[in-house]
Amino acid sequence: MHSFGYRANALLTFAVTILAFICAIASFSDNFSNQAPSAQIQILNINWFQKQPHGNDEVSLTMNITADLQSLFTWNTKQVFAFVAAEYETSKNTLNQVSLWDAIIPEKEEANFWIQISNKYRFIDQGHNLRGKDFNLTLHWHVMPKTGKMFADKIVMSGYRLPNAYR
Amino acid sequence: MGLIGETIDSIKSIQIRQLLTQAISLGMIVTSALIIWKALMCVTGSESPVVVVLSGSMEPGFKRGDILFLRMSKDPIRAGEIVVFNVDGRDIPIVHRVIKVHERENTGEVDVLTKGDNNYGDDRLLYAEGQQWLHRHHIMGRAVGFLPYVGWVTIIMTEKPIIKYILIGALGLLVITSKD
Repeated sequence: MHSFGYRANALLTFAVTILAFICAIASFSDNFSNQAPSAQIQILNINWFQKQPHGNDEVSLTMNITADLQSLFTWNTKQVFAFVAAEYETSKNTLNQVSLWDAIIPEKEEANFWIQISNKYRFIDQGHNLRGKDFNLTLHWHVMPKTGKMFADKIVMSGYRLPNAYR
Repeated sequence: MGLIGETIDSIKSIQIRQLLTQAISLGMIVTSALIIWKALMCVTGSESPVVVVLSGSMEPGFKRGDILFLRMSKDPIRAGEIVVFNVDGRDIPIVHRVIKVHERENTGEVDVLTKGDNNYGDDRLLYAEGQQWLHRHHIMGRAVGFLPYVGWVTIIMTEKPIIKYILIGALGLLVITSKD
């Protein structure tokens, strides 16, 4: 009952149980943080707007993205993954979401940022429905913890419109 | 030397009834592990409720050796979700983020494009020949939580199977030689 084997076994079981419990509490504490992020996106320029050889519309645009995501960081946060997606509706598809830009924010200090950039990923439609299309730009964020449950949310900004003709 | 002498003594003094009892307890442990696994599959709605991260394509968020908890629901698949999917013909599941979604009006079918956070390009190179989009039936679950480092046990046992055999052999020996 007091051999080395039994003692090692008891110690290991206890250590693993306590570790699992601590991870669960750390994750649970994330529920109590007050989160008040803010963001603004401005489209500076539509660089070009064309119909591809295989029939799909493609747009390239330059955006000005300002955001303050500092309140999302807790002590249990490893990184915040932020991305901007264009969301719109077409006659064939009820919902289209196309990610235009994303960034990994590893620290709280870097979460208050301003960036001017053209779309990192190609904005291509399934079809040629983009002329004169109204769309929303949504800033999504995904809080990835050091351990436990992940949280995601978004801010929807509407009122953007693509030009009526190719250019 | 004393440990080996003790072990040989205890093997000599084995009784059949005791051995059977221990075999049954071992069987109970294995079966309850299986029951817990299947129950998890039911609760989370996913074929594999827990996966181990095998590659570095989602760093620094998920490193090799982390485990992910998955959940699958009828909710539509949206951009930004981290999904686990199987490519036709490959049996290793891939854990990446959804970056494009095109959902059909009437049928609810959806075309999905994924990309690993740490990869330069999207996953079209990983999909099957000629496949441009993932569909709902490819996706096995969404990642909802994770635990760091715990998956290394599985990675070591898969990549160096000799360790698996050593562990099982040692466990078997422990069962046979322990007095209770």
